[in-house]
Amino acid sequence: MEECRLTGDDIACLRGERLLFRRLSLALSSGEALHLAGPNGIGKSSLIRILAGLRRPYAGVINRMGAIGLLDERPVLDEHLPLGKALDFWSRIDASAQSHWEQLGLEPLADVPVRYLSTGQRKRAALARLAGQGAPIWLLDEPLNGLDSDAVATCESMVAQHCASGGIAIIASHQPFAMPGLTKLMLGEYAA
Amino acid sequence: MSAVLALLKRDLALLTPGAHGGGGRRGGTMLPLLFFLAVAMLYPFAVGPDAPLLARTGGGVIWVAALLAAILPLDRLLAPDVEQGFFDQWALRGISEELVVAVRMIAHWLSFGPPLMLATLPAAALLGIDGATLRIVELGLLAGTPGLAAIGIIIAALTVSLRSGAALSGLLVIPLAVPLLIFGAGSLSTGGEGGLALTAAISLALIAAAPFAGGAAIRAAREG
Repeated sequence: MEECRLTGDDIACLRGERLLFRRLSLALSSGEALHLAGPNGIGKSSLIRILAGLRRPYAGVINRMGAIGLLDERPVLDEHLPLGKALDFWSRIDASAQSHWEQLGLEPLADVPVRYLSTGQRKRAALARLAGQGAPIWLLDEPLNGLDSDAVATCESMVAQHCASGGIAIIASHQPFAMPGLTKLMLGEYAA
Repeated sequence: MSAVLALLKRDLALLTPGAHGGGGRRGGTMLPLLFFLAVAMLYPFAVGPDAPLLARTGGGVIWVAALLAAILPLDRLLAPDVEQGFFDQWALRGISEELVVAVRMIAHWLSFGPPLMLATLPAAALLGIDGATLRIVELGLLAGTPGLAAIGIIIAALTVSLRSGAALSGLLVIPLAVPLLIFGAGSLSTGGEGGLALTAAISLALIAAAPFAGGAAIRAAREG
């Protein structure tokens, strides 16, 4: 995987009238992973969107080298389409082959419309979409929500594999995330 | 380029009536078309069987019906893709909002423009419009419906994050569409090419502006 880097310098986040966090700096390079932890409402999702470039930080600078892959609470798949076709759309956009189908147990679901899938199945489908994108920087917002214990292990090993091959991962989660070499950032320490 | 084709293919499957969406669909229905035909059918009942009056005013009725039919799909045009995170994922892949909106505008026009022009044939028969007038109506719709599609997509983008967007977008489209209506339907009474040319000119200007206005509106909605 290509060389990648993600740095944030002195970031502050304003949500409405409220300053969520401030003076937050982070730097990740190829192969590193970071666990953003903290209670609900502390600004984990906002930070993920800021790092993705989808939200402007109230203060601070973000530097990215490498494409961003984002996994949030939405699977971003057409609800009325069978899962296979819905994922095919992203395969065409990303010009990639479908990957991790077997590992994520999606094969039996290929003909099931997305709207009939459970929360955990949607999350697994979203992981397949993310893996197919081939982006070096993964931003995962609550990736373990709704997953059963097997799927949690699969997700953890996918992220570990991604970092082992030179990718970056940032995991925002209030749940523990088991992975070698994971550093933890308590967002609460930067609360304003 | 392959991304543009993938987008267009998805948009057409979502919006075009009759296109196979793989069981159960999101937006594309025959509803605008049926609405258009219903207006053409009801008008003679409302004004009575006065053939000369129907023939004289029928072209204008077709124009008003086309304008109102074009409003129907607006609330499903962009809002679901913003809510479901499609625009975020496209942005991360370097696919600009402008490009997506431009492709969506083409698909939106294809989903109602040509069908309405086809439906104008039975509507013209119902209203007793003669061949020469029908020709001007059809040419006018060809020149004007792309402009309606452009206005529609701008309004859909501006109301993307509003809860009552559906009702509001209808109200917002109508004043913006007045110039198209004046020149498009106006060309019927003058019988001239001038009105058609002006309709086409307005359409072109709107088409040129729509992707940029729509893209900016969607980005602004994301920051909210």
